[in-house]
This record gives sequence, C-alpha cells and structure tokens, in this order.
Amino acid sequence: MHLHKYEKIWLIFGGASLVLFLAILGFGAFYLGTHPQSHGVTIDPENVEANEAFQRENLGITQVDDDKYIVNVVASAFNYDLGSDEDGNAVSHLEIPKGSTVLFQVVSTDVVHGFNVAGTNVNMMVEPGYISSMEVQLNKAGEYTLLCNEYCGVGHHMMHATVEVVDDESGNETAAAE
Amino acid sequence: MSLAMKQQQQNEEINLTPLSIAKPEAKLYLSFMYVAFISLFIGGLMGLLQVLVRSGDFELPLGIGYYQILTLHGVILALVLTTFFIIGFQYSLLGKTVGMSAKQRKLGWLSFWTMTVGTALTATAILLGKANVLYTFYAPLKAHPIFYIGLALVVVGTWIAALVNWHQVYVWKKAHPNQKTPLLAFMVTINMIMWVICSLGVAVTVLVQFIPWSLGYTETINVLLSRTLFWYFGHPLVYFWLLPAYMAWYAIIPKIIGGKIFSDSLARLSFILFLFFSIPVGFHHQLTEPGIDPTWKFIQVVLTFMVIIPSLMTAFSMFAMFETTGRKQGATGLFDWFKKLPWKDVRFVAPFVGMLAFIPGGAGGIINASHQLNTLVHNTIWVTGHFHLTIATTVLLTFFGIAYWLIPHLTGRKLTPKIHKLGIYQTIIWAVGMLIMSGAMHIQGLLGGPRRSSFSEYGGTEQAAEWAGYQAAQAVGGALLFIGIVLMIYIFMDLLAFAPKGEEEYPIAEEEEDAQPTPSWMENWKLWIGITIALILFAYTIPMIDIIQNAPPGSPPFDNIL
Repeated sequence: MHLHKYEKIWLIFGGASLVLFLAILGFGAFYLGTHPQSHGVTIDPENVEANEAFQRENLGITQVDDDKYIVNVVASAFNYDLGSDEDGNAVSHLEIPKGSTVLFQVVSTDVVHGFNVAGTNVNMMVEPGYISSMEVQLNKAGEYTLLCNEYCGVGHHMMHATVEVVDDESGNETAAAE
Repeated sequence: MSLAMKQQQQNEEINLTPLSIAKPEAKLYLSFMYVAFISLFIGGLMGLLQVLVRSGDFELPLGIGYYQILTLHGVILALVLTTFFIIGFQYSLLGKTVGMSAKQRKLGWLSFWTMTVGTALTATAILLGKANVLYTFYAPLKAHPIFYIGLALVVVGTWIAALVNWHQVYVWKKAHPNQKTPLLAFMVTINMIMWVICSLGVAVTVLVQFIPWSLGYTETINVLLSRTLFWYFGHPLVYFWLLPAYMAWYAIIPKIIGGKIFSDSLARLSFILFLFFSIPVGFHHQLTEPGIDPTWKFIQVVLTFMVIIPSLMTAFSMFAMFETTGRKQGATGLFDWFKKLPWKDVRFVAPFVGMLAFIPGGAGGIINASHQLNTLVHNTIWVTGHFHLTIATTVLLTFFGIAYWLIPHLTGRKLTPKIHKLGIYQTIIWAVGMLIMSGAMHIQGLLGGPRRSSFSEYGGTEQAAEWAGYQAAQAVGGALLFIGIVLMIYIFMDLLAFAPKGEEEYPIAEEEEDAQPTPSWMENWKLWIGITIALILFAYTIPMIDIIQNAPPGSPPFDNIL
C-alpha cells in the first residue's frame, strides 16, 4: 500500500504525539498514583450503617489529625446526608481549612448519584453497592457548590450543599460547626 | 413495467456501476428519511424547550417534566434520527453500488417496520411519562417495560438490516469474484459488523437484565454490570454515527467538488482501524466509577486513543483531496486551491463545516478520555458541549449535506439554486448557533456546571449565579439552532414534494486513473473480525469477571422518584 510522503510525516508526527500523551498519562497514573477514584470496596446499599463510617453520628466532617479531615456522606434521592449539628438540624454546609487533606467517602442508598464539589477535582460517581472515596487537598479558599451531577430523578437538580474552604487559622476549630 | 424498472433490468444485464435506483427501492430508502426528519423536528423542539427552561425564565406547561423532554430529546435524536438516517442511507449506498433484489427489499421493509414499531412503543412510554430515565436508562432507575421492549425492537430491526446489507454484498461478490468490493459497500459492511458486535452488549443488558427486572421476574439488578454492558455499546454507537459521515467524506464529496478519491486503500485501512478500536474502549465513559479496576481503565484509555490514528489519516486525506482537486483546476501558490472549492454548493459546504467542527470536537474527545483529566469534566455540561460538536454538528451537517442530493434523487426532483442558497444559510445559522451554545456549554462545564440538570440556583451560591449567564447564552444558541431545524424541515419538504421534477445526481467518486491497486488482503474479513473480537476479549474479560465475582448486593427497581 502506498503512502504519500507528507502523509508519512503527518502520521509519524501524530503517532509520536500520541505516544508522548499516553506516556504522560501513564506516568501520572502509575508513578504519581493519580488514578481516577476506583477502590472496588463494596457495601450493602440497604444497610450502609453496617459500615462504621456511615453510621449517623459519623456523617459529615470529622477531624482526624492536625491537618486531616474525613467527610462521610450518605447520598439518597435527593439529599446528601452530612449529619446533624448540636441542635439536631441537618448540616448542609461544610467548612474545611485551606490546605488540609480531606478524605471524602460517599455511598448511595438508592440509585446512582454524582458527587461533585464544583470547580475542584472532587468528582465521583456514587453507585449503590460501592463506597466512592477520594483524598484531596483543597488549596483555594472560597465557597464551592457540592452538587449531584448524575441524573437521579425528578429532584436531581435540588440535590446540593456547600463546601467552604476557609483561609484563617480559626477555621480549624469551627470546621465541624454550622 | 415502469421505465425505472426497465432501466434497472437493463443495468443488471450489462452490469453497469453505479446502478440506478428503481421506484420501489426509492420508497424504502425514503421511508427511513421520513422518520429521521420527523425525529429531527420533535427532538429539536425538545432541545429548544430545554435551553429555555435552563435559562430560568420559562416553565414547562401542562405538568410536563424537564426530565421527560430530556429523555425524549436524547432518545429521538441520538437513537432514532441517527439510526434511521444511517440505515436508510446505507441501503441506498448498497442499492447504488451492489444492487438490491426484490427479496432483499422485502426484508428491508421488515427491518423498517420492526424499527418503527419499536420506536413507537418507546415513544409511547416516554410520552406517558412512564420512562423519565434519559436515553442511557441507568439502573436502578426503572422505566415501564414497554420502553425497554421498544428499544430492543429497534436494535433487532437494525440487525435485520445488517443481514440484508451483508447479503447484498455477498451476492455481488459471487457475481464478481475477482473484483474488489466497491469502496462504499466495503465501508457499509464494516460499519454493520461493528454495529452488530457492539449492540450485542446493549441487547444482553436489556433482554437479560432490564426486561425481566422491570417486569418483576427478578428482584434486583447488577448496576455496574448493566452500566458496563451499556458503555460497551455506547462508545461504538458514536462511531456508528460517525462512519456514515466518513463514507460521504471519503467517497462522495470528491465527486461533488469535481475530484477523485485520494486513496482507496487508505480509506479502507482507516475503516478497518475504526472497527478494531471502537469497541474495546467503553471504560473511558466510566472512569470516575468506584467499582472498576484503575489499571483496566487505563488499558482501555490507551485503546481509546488508538482511534486518533485513523482520524489523522482521514483529516489528511480530506485536505489532500481538496488540494489535489484545486490544483487540477488551475490553482497555484500555497492556498489558492482553497478558493477553488465550490463554496456555493451546499452539498459540499454543509459537510465541510461539519469537518471543521470535528477539529475542536476531536480535541475535546481526547481531553474527555484522558484518564485523570476526565475527573475535571465528567458529567459537567462540557461533555454536552462536546457531543453537540461531534454528533450534532459534524455528523448532522454531513447528513444534511447528503440529504440535499439524496432526497431529490429518490423523489425524481432537482436541487434548485434557491435550495442551495437556503441550505448555505441553514449551515451558517447552525454553525453560529452551535458556536454560541456549545461554546457556552464548554466554558460552563470547566467552571463545574453539571449536565442533565433542570434550572437550579443551588441554594443561591455564587457559582450557580455565574453558570446562569452561560445558560442564557445557551438559550440564544439553542433558539438559533431551532430556527436552523425549521429551515431544514422546510428544505426537506421542498425536496420531497415541491422542487421541480428532474434528475439529481447520486454522486459517487472514482479513483484516479493511475491509482495504485488496492491490496486484496484488505478484504480478509475473518482476520478483521478475529482481531476485533480478540481486542474485546483482552479489554473486557478480566474486568468483567471481577465485576461479576465481586458484585455487591443487587438493586431493586426505583420508579417512584421519576
């Protein structure tokens, strides 16, 4: 089969770029460990409390170390359960000190949901039967919209909360409040 | 005996290529076009309603739900319009290049009616509000069983079409043992091989998982397995849309612009590569899912990127063909050939704008499939912006470009200068409308705005307020696109029933007289199918076993939240 000279150059250039792109992706994935979230950890969607992390008192944000937090969330149509505050009201706003490491762990008790802290890398599918989890550092202060970005029914667009990345030192103490 | 039939018989006797299309065949091909263009109008109207709702200034009347019209929009455009146009167009290509017997035509009608009945069933379920599950129907959201049964019938109809197509080529091949299969017939064969292999996935999940579960015969469904089978089908689905557009680019456009096919064997090779690398790649739609091993995701990402090679080959061929043709017509200098292209011929202009849209469309696709980068854009409206460039511009404008000559050819009418002009306006309106709508979607997506969501202020966050501005822009773009659709429907009806009678050419390009012969190994079907299946088994066997063996408890149906 005959290939035009320019076409050979074009394809060699294209092929080489392709190899370079894939090498960068592979380096990121296997050397730096930046895979998209996938842990294959299963859970019974009808009994998520069997896992300690998803018992009512452990939902929402918990400080586990100086600069380390865990956020446990139970998603269901059309709400993110982030636990309750001291007065027993449902939490719909999280405060996270800037620069701290946060582990998000999310499960669904019904259908497939999305979990996206809009404008950040926190973007996961949440499927019944699996624990979705992702550890990130939030380095840019500001208020972010936490929203469901996988269609889950008639109230899908009403499924949201807010995450605030706070700049000042006092943020540490008030992190779980609101 | 009608004149057309006499002519047909004559052609068969002296075996002329291309063949002429007799009236009964034209009727079959046109029937597919009717459904396609009715779907275009309904789906387009739904799209208009969506952008209006999302602008925040409009509410749907009569208790119609946003997600109901979104489901209708997706199903009727992504599944019905595309499939009917493609099957009808491919029948015509084969009728033209290898011929169609009376028996094959009867089976062609069977495929048409099976698909049409399936469409009607699915549409009924959606219109009654019993199937607000969007066109991806992700479990454990449950639609009425009729929704799934209708979809299954559409797929069965396309399988009948595939069998007829292969039989058409087989019969021709037997009568012409030492000739290569005509290029367009070769391409249709490849597209239907890919389609049948990939649609087995959606057939299995619909027949084995969804239908029994929605009827209550099984209590639970394996959600991840159903999603994986869906995306095993869902990505090659987009190539099933794209390859017929490539058929027109490689083998029809050269004729329209007065040139020749750039390289017959290169065109065939690119189609073979598309067959290999369209299917074993579905995981790149599932990158942010919790239950699939990341190494296998990465392997499928690498396989996904292999389609860049035939895409680059296609891009080169197109522009090489344009330049060669321009130079033959006396163009000199570096870019003079570009001016020589027939800028007043809508049969060329519409697909050409489609080709241009594929440059950002393809680049966006590379971003989407990039293992880690995907996390930033997954399920944001960036993705919606992406496929409105690829399917709703590249593919659709090429299909329009085909319709301008195919419809009058089938109805025995002429494409008039007036329609050429209107068509070029249509193309411009489409390009501008899409630039605004898709552009706004891309930007809003990068800012985190979600796809598949009705208007929401998200509790009044600053981000949501910022998104609202882009949604207003999408309403402007979407309204322009709807004007484009109305114009296209007008053109379609004119070419059907009002344009002056005459003979419109069915343009099929030829090779250069001194073209290199196409190697015969190109038609080693067993080898191509063998490699395709081997790649699929490699990419899917181990992760599939993992998904089934390590499955969590299944999910019961949810239909009370729709």
